[in-house]
Amino acid sequence: MPMSKALLYDATLCIGCKLCEQACAERNHLPYNDTVAAEEKLSAHKLTTIRTREGKFMRRLCMNCGDPTCASVCPVGAFRKTAAGPVTYDSSRCIGCRYCMLACPFQVPAYEWNKRLPIVKKCDMCADRVAAGRQTACAEICPTGATIFGERDQLLAKAEKRIREKPEQYVNHIFGATEVGGTAVLLLSSVPFEQFGYRADLPHEPLPMLTWRVLSHVPDIAVLGSVLLGGIWWITHRREEVAAAERGEKARNS
Amino acid sequence: MNLSLSQTRFSLWQWIFGLLVLLGLYATAVRVFQGLGGATHLTDRFPWGLWIGFDVLCGVGLAAGGFTLAAFVHIFNIERYKPILRPAILTAFLGYLLVIVGLLFDLGRPYRIWHPLLMWNPRSVMFEVAWCVMLYTAVLALEFAPTFFERLGWRVALRWMRVVSIPLVIAGVILSTLHQSSLGSLYLIVPNKLYPLWYTPLLPLFFFVSALCVGFAMTIFESWHSSRAFGRQLELPLLASMGRVLAVLLAVYLTMRFLDLLHRGALPLLREPRTETYLFFLEIALMLVPMFLLFTQQIRRSAGGLYACGVMAILGFVTNRLNVSVTGMERGSGTSYVPKWTEIAVTLAIIAIGFAIFRLAVKHLPVFPAEAAAPAGETRRTLAAVPAND
Repeated sequence: MPMSKALLYDATLCIGCKLCEQACAERNHLPYNDTVAAEEKLSAHKLTTIRTREGKFMRRLCMNCGDPTCASVCPVGAFRKTAAGPVTYDSSRCIGCRYCMLACPFQVPAYEWNKRLPIVKKCDMCADRVAAGRQTACAEICPTGATIFGERDQLLAKAEKRIREKPEQYVNHIFGATEVGGTAVLLLSSVPFEQFGYRADLPHEPLPMLTWRVLSHVPDIAVLGSVLLGGIWWITHRREEVAAAERGEKARNS
Repeated sequence: MNLSLSQTRFSLWQWIFGLLVLLGLYATAVRVFQGLGGATHLTDRFPWGLWIGFDVLCGVGLAAGGFTLAAFVHIFNIERYKPILRPAILTAFLGYLLVIVGLLFDLGRPYRIWHPLLMWNPRSVMFEVAWCVMLYTAVLALEFAPTFFERLGWRVALRWMRVVSIPLVIAGVILSTLHQSSLGSLYLIVPNKLYPLWYTPLLPLFFFVSALCVGFAMTIFESWHSSRAFGRQLELPLLASMGRVLAVLLAVYLTMRFLDLLHRGALPLLREPRTETYLFFLEIALMLVPMFLLFTQQIRRSAGGLYACGVMAILGFVTNRLNVSVTGMERGSGTSYVPKWTEIAVTLAIIAIGFAIFRLAVKHLPVFPAEAAAPAGETRRTLAAVPAND
């Protein structure tokens, strides 16, 4: 994903003020109050959270993957990876199969379970703002620079530099640099990411390859299968053809 | 005396049927007015439950008898299976219709079920599944149509159906092959969530082969039930030969499963004392036991034995699909899931309606050859007089 926009969250700079949560709620027209602020779980009404574990913070939001699993599994193509970086969701296409939720390796998409006509909710990295040349609401409001917005390769270089300069302050891992092929959200932390529920066992190739390996054979299977089955039919029904021909001959002879 | 006894039994079934439908209707109201949140125990972490795991995954699988028998009779030209082809096609057709009904419950926006027709995403397994369901349901409707046409005496339509029947059967077999396997492919995308006893790159193959197994098991199951319900002679030699096929398919399937675990190094997991292990063994046992039984001649010669093996294989299949969709997904999703009563009520109502429609269709349409079409009054009376423990 060269040249695309990204977010870098550095947990060591985060003070847990949750202004990013509030700005996110405002931008997405979601309610925000003390009750919501206390929730540490992503949900249909909370698209980013700050988690606290023993005085350490960690942000959760849609990783806006380079090759997004949600975009590949959606039967109606409701998700799209934009050239600018954000992964967008078009609710007017969505049929509500929730395969995106099952498939997402980060368990990000949330559903409006209690609505009669629900849609999926997730952070879309402020796609409209990014398209207009602005930064995301969370990056704009962050008072400490814990969340910053920029070009992905530049942010990646910046993250590497921070780890190099203060190796004692960081775990030696930029989460999102290569996970499932690389994501537009990059994370730095002083404690292992697993402590905040991030998976350590994610593959470093994009997940869509797993299904595409099989799906790409579908046309071949259909064509080859038809030829094979047609051929078998032709062979197994030969006897009847012979019988019919013999009957015809007999009729002519008599 | 016996007659009245059987009538009370029948009305008991009617009573159960009515109760299930009523509960189902109530659950439907909950689903419509309170949304998925009110009607299910699904959560953001566990978005697929019983309706996908059972109604869709099992529903499609249990319909597999349709394409396997169609291939046997029409492509491989094995004529002796012909008498049970139509009931198998009917089961498949009903199965697919009920899968669609189940989907309408499960989809967040069921009125958009047609969207995949216009909004394409060929990279999505679900897109392929959607198309296969639509196309194969259409194929099954056409494959079943001659039964209607015969009843109505439409000779021209029947002649046309005969012309297109072979291409139709081939299309049905291809679509089923793709569809049965792609239900397994759905889970290829969750390598970190699905428990390693079930996650394997071979999921599509395993789903396909186990569907073949259950196709035969279902045919044995429904032949047995139809023969009891409609006083028909059980085609025992035919069912016995299907028992043989089932035994071999089960053997092939179980061998593949074992080799897969072996090569992936997943066998040590079987020593872990946890739910996944127990339910895995249950699934395997429900396939292994009928396999061994079906290899013995005594079992294959007895209607009851064949039936029991069929039922076991069906239960094994259902356990497998629920293991993949529920048991195997819980740990990796960091949550647990037990269906809400409304989810179970909808599922049971759908099954009950399926049975009822099958009964009606067999009663009024020439589904079973000759015998069923003959005036049924006498035969049914004789059946009713047969004691239940035959």
